[in-house]
Amino acid sequence: MTQTLTAPQSSSPASEPSKTPWWEFFTFSVDHKVIGIQYLVTSFTFYLIGGALASAVRVELATPDPDLVDPAFYNSLFTMHGTVMIFLWIVPAVTGGFGNYLVPLMIGARDMAFPRLNAIAFWLTIPAGLLLMSSFFVGPASTGWTAYPPLSILTDEHVGQAIWILSILLVGTSSILAAVNFIVTIWSMRMPEMDLFSMPLFCWAMMATSVLALLATPVLAGAMVLLGFDLLIGTNFFNPTGGGDPVVYQHLFWFYSHPAVYVMILPVFGIISEVLPPHSRKPIFGYKAIAYSSMMICALGLFVWAHHMFTSGTPDWLRVFFMVATLLVAVPTGIKVFSWVATLWGGKLRLESPLLFAMGFISTFLIGGLSGVMLGSAPIDIHVHDTYFVVAHFHYVLFGGSVFGIYAGLYHWFPKMTGRMLNEFWGKVHFVLTFIGMHLTFGPMHILGLQGMPRRVAQYDPQFAPINVICTIGAFVLAISTIPFLINAIYSWFKGDQAPDNPWDALTLEWTTASPPIPHNWVGDPVLATGPYDYGEDYRLARQQAIADSQPAV
Amino acid sequence: MKKNNLISIVVVLAMIAAASVWYGRNNGLLPIAAGDEATLYDGLFNTILAIAFAFFIIIEGFLIYSLIKFRKRKGDEADGPAIHENLSLEIVWTAIPTVIVMWVAIYSFDVYTAMQGSQNLDGMAHGGMHHAVAAADHNSHQQMPMAKATLASANSDGVLMAGTIPTGGEDVVAINVSAMQFAWIFNYPNEIATAELHVPVGKKVRLNMSAIDVIHAFWVPQLRIKQDVLPGRETFLEFTPRVVGEYPVVCAELCGSYHGGMRTTMIIDTPEDYEAWLREQQEVASKDTEAIVAARPTSQMTEQEYLAGKVATMVK
Amino acid sequence: MQGSIATSTTNLETASHEALHDAHTAHAEHPDLRVFGLIVFLISEGMLFFGLFAAYLTFRSVATAWPPEGTPELELLLPGINTIILVSSSFVIHQADSAIKENKVRAAQLWFLATFVMGAVFIAGQIYEYQHLEFGLTTNLFASTFYVLTGFHGLHVIIGLTLIAAVLVRSLKAGHYSNTSHFGIEAASVYWHFVDIVWIILFLLLYIL
Ligand code: HEA
Ligand code: HEA
Ligand code: CUA
Ligand SMILES: [Cu+2]
Repeated sequence: MTQTLTAPQSSSPASEPSKTPWWEFFTFSVDHKVIGIQYLVTSFTFYLIGGALASAVRVELATPDPDLVDPAFYNSLFTMHGTVMIFLWIVPAVTGGFGNYLVPLMIGARDMAFPRLNAIAFWLTIPAGLLLMSSFFVGPASTGWTAYPPLSILTDEHVGQAIWILSILLVGTSSILAAVNFIVTIWSMRMPEMDLFSMPLFCWAMMATSVLALLATPVLAGAMVLLGFDLLIGTNFFNPTGGGDPVVYQHLFWFYSHPAVYVMILPVFGIISEVLPPHSRKPIFGYKAIAYSSMMICALGLFVWAHHMFTSGTPDWLRVFFMVATLLVAVPTGIKVFSWVATLWGGKLRLESPLLFAMGFISTFLIGGLSGVMLGSAPIDIHVHDTYFVVAHFHYVLFGGSVFGIYAGLYHWFPKMTGRMLNEFWGKVHFVLTFIGMHLTFGPMHILGLQGMPRRVAQYDPQFAPINVICTIGAFVLAISTIPFLINAIYSWFKGDQAPDNPWDALTLEWTTASPPIPHNWVGDPVLATGPYDYGEDYRLARQQAIADSQPAV
Repeated sequence: MKKNNLISIVVVLAMIAAASVWYGRNNGLLPIAAGDEATLYDGLFNTILAIAFAFFIIIEGFLIYSLIKFRKRKGDEADGPAIHENLSLEIVWTAIPTVIVMWVAIYSFDVYTAMQGSQNLDGMAHGGMHHAVAAADHNSHQQMPMAKATLASANSDGVLMAGTIPTGGEDVVAINVSAMQFAWIFNYPNEIATAELHVPVGKKVRLNMSAIDVIHAFWVPQLRIKQDVLPGRETFLEFTPRVVGEYPVVCAELCGSYHGGMRTTMIIDTPEDYEAWLREQQEVASKDTEAIVAARPTSQMTEQEYLAGKVATMVK
Repeated sequence: MQGSIATSTTNLETASHEALHDAHTAHAEHPDLRVFGLIVFLISEGMLFFGLFAAYLTFRSVATAWPPEGTPELELLLPGINTIILVSSSFVIHQADSAIKENKVRAAQLWFLATFVMGAVFIAGQIYEYQHLEFGLTTNLFASTFYVLTGFHGLHVIIGLTLIAAVLVRSLKAGHYSNTSHFGIEAASVYWHFVDIVWIILFLLLYIL
């Protein structure tokens, strides 16, 4: 073939590898693809840790008495479970992992805008995670992932709580740096032919996510600093005995942590919008509406935080304002859900693991979203706040939503990332087990909450025991469900079938390069041959033509 | 659209509507409603549940139908139709949820005000910590809920924190509640302090609550009401008990190791029983202020002496 | 697809691989986005202060008396002078920015030096004020918020001073900054303006309001 795109530089040493060497994954690499995979593998490890903690929680709750662990240690278990799952699993996986891996590839860039900053952001999460784990040796934080003062100031686990604060500050810094990087990259590094509205929807989602992370995370950092002062130095910002006000902490905390839940779901919305079209062989339905709805969720998401505080003693007008804003989030989210269903409608659904997980995502996230709307109504929330109904809600959106979406993304992009195919049979087994386990674990929790079981308790009214046993069984099904995935992923990474460059016949730019992509992403410049979603029989010929034209002549 | 299609769509929608209404009324998810507020709550809950259920059936229905009908057949390598959008459809599915959600908001607001019906937005002075808020117009209670909303926001604007008022009317049973790790203490007039909450059926009850150490939350599932109990500030709850019986009082805010054990009982008494109980307590109180320590269910008490000390200072 | 042609393009690939991992050439590939990045980052920093200000205002609006009874009056003279110094330093550093755009390296250096001195005086003034205040960090809620807000800001001033010092050191190397390449100078002055704006709000909130 002839390469006339760029003049080859003669000075380069011929020994330079065209493929990323394995050891680079263990170093301070600045390649966005390496960093993306580093994030994914690290965060998945933390998922297993968080899941093991959850299993301990569930075993304790199999009986109404606090018999497995000391009630104080039980509090540490769910605190660490929630913290690990949110800050070390979902947030790093969806933004750091998928975001880093995909955004430059999707917009035709060689790398992120600030590669070194990117690596720093990743390497901040490692000490954060290790620190948090180390607190198990000194008595880990035990005041919930929300760490409400004055409890978190008066806690017995002073050191653990201080470590917790420090870890949160580290992952928070990492998120802010990543957000800066994404915003600049998506805004300024798109290939010249690509305008905002021919960007893949995942990039829109990452834009919305990054704006949220950028604006909200520093407020959490502020809250953590003040809390740290109270805890360690003896100031009284949040301690009423010294004139402070604990409710101010709640405002600061939720000003971040509500947007954080959208940080955890928006990229996943993006993943779903990428997975559905190629596997159902139809264009995404309503591209613009989906793009705008991400921005709408981002904007609305900044003004709903006090729905976590309907019982905190906030004044009426505040509750009413936040109730209306919260309920309105259902509209843009609904637009997405309806558009996805319309995308599937009339398609040729290739029911392999990516699509199964994506459809599973829609069906379970929907339940979590609908229970979210119920919670959004202030009077309804007053009864179920701090009960298992809330626990059910957020596991439906976080597990049924974020985790399902992550799996959909992993099955979809695994061939691209590793150059190997995953085993389809075990993928299906994984899906079925996860789906059943998920509903078994978290479905019955709705009833528990409505009937009167509060959350964060190691001992509970014996009348709730039978339902809790079902949940615990479900949790074991979930634990088992990860095994086929783990084996499949590890085995396939080394020994799986060689993946073609574009196994799904997909149209976004990442599929126009090798699997796995070369360190520099493309040989020559990437070419934008079609729109990201030009699937459909009517386009078939035009598409093939365009792709053929864009290939360098062989 | 073909006429047959239209008819079947209408039929399916009607069936979904009927199923949702039925489920909304017969979900059996909530425990018994023991107070007036609980009845209001259940009406709202059942309605929203019905709406959610309808969306659930429709979307899951579409998904399952697609799963079966549109799955790729063997050997079919074709693509689907290249449909990118449909403006009118998109407008419809933006408009319908918007309308529903706004309606839910208004209904919720109505129930919200009704559940706290007699809460006058008067002013507050809790523990000397906070500014008092300008007095509101008392006559507004009879007006539309919306009118009250504007009023509420107009008057509490200066205050970001709790809208609480320590006073109750004449025909209200006022009880002071204090929460501590890990117990509830109920203070009635005349120095009565108990570990169980007794309230007379049919009368409006007002709990003036505050905490000694950390945040707790007062919750009776059968009343569907919950309020955080904060240190350094007073919050309150009002309700009208309706069904005689015993109900759990649950602490619903993580407050430390034995948060799960911080429970007691609320007894809704007939008026006669209530009077009798009050008299009995009066006698106990005049004898020994620390007796209530013994009266408490001891299962949850961990540091007896510590608590007893606290209780003694509480009762004064 | 393109991956299949990899074997015959080793040269090209390796050349670009080089470029990617070499910072200087990598930046040559796309326009310099560092100032944009810095501004985005400062939005985030702004939110940090916003959160702290909001907390301060809430504490203040909820308290019965503010500052709580018995808090000694804040002296206005020294912080007032300090404010004037800091605000004017923003104009001074702006001169450096303009100078370098006209390729006047020497002038830019001098303006930077002046800014550095002014910033250092500000910090010295603040330390002096801290030492002569009659309340400590934990005296009461007002005192705590006072120290945390001014302390956080002071920290940012110190970071700004470090940036300025770093630019000064680098500018000693002939040709490091010019009218076409002056990221360091621009970044330091953008950052300095930010620190300045935060101080103005802070001053109004803590001393005047
Ligand atoms: C990924 C994470 C995620 C997501 C996406 C959401 C989404 C939503 N959440 Fe959730 N939430 C959490 C994670 C999440 N939440 C967590 C972790 C907590 C607990 C924190 C803690 O206390 O520990 C929580 C708690 C929580 C509360 C506080 C409960 C309490 O503590 O008392 C509330 C209250 O309003 C709420 C509401 C909502 C709403 C309205 C949405 C909406 O965004 C949902 C919108 C989606 C839909 C509505 C479905 C699709 C729409 C349609 C099909 C259109 C038609 C629908 C209608 C017209 C109804 N959430
Ligand atoms: C993304 C977030 C996320 C995810 C994925 C999960 C996953 C799970 N969660 Fe979690 N959860 C939270 C976020 C999440 N959770 C948060 C934020 C809280 C609130 C904390 C707080 O109140 O402060 C919470 C609280 C919470 C509670 C309430 C505790 C309480 O209030 O007292 C419970 C109880 O059942 C629970 C259970 C589970 C279970 C069974 C899983 C399962 O899905 C996990 C399945 C995975 C595995 C099991 C791991 C894989 C298997 C192995 C590694 C093999 C080894 C396994 C064994 C030793 C059995 N979670
Ligand atoms: Cu008191 Cu929980
Ligand atoms: Cu929220």
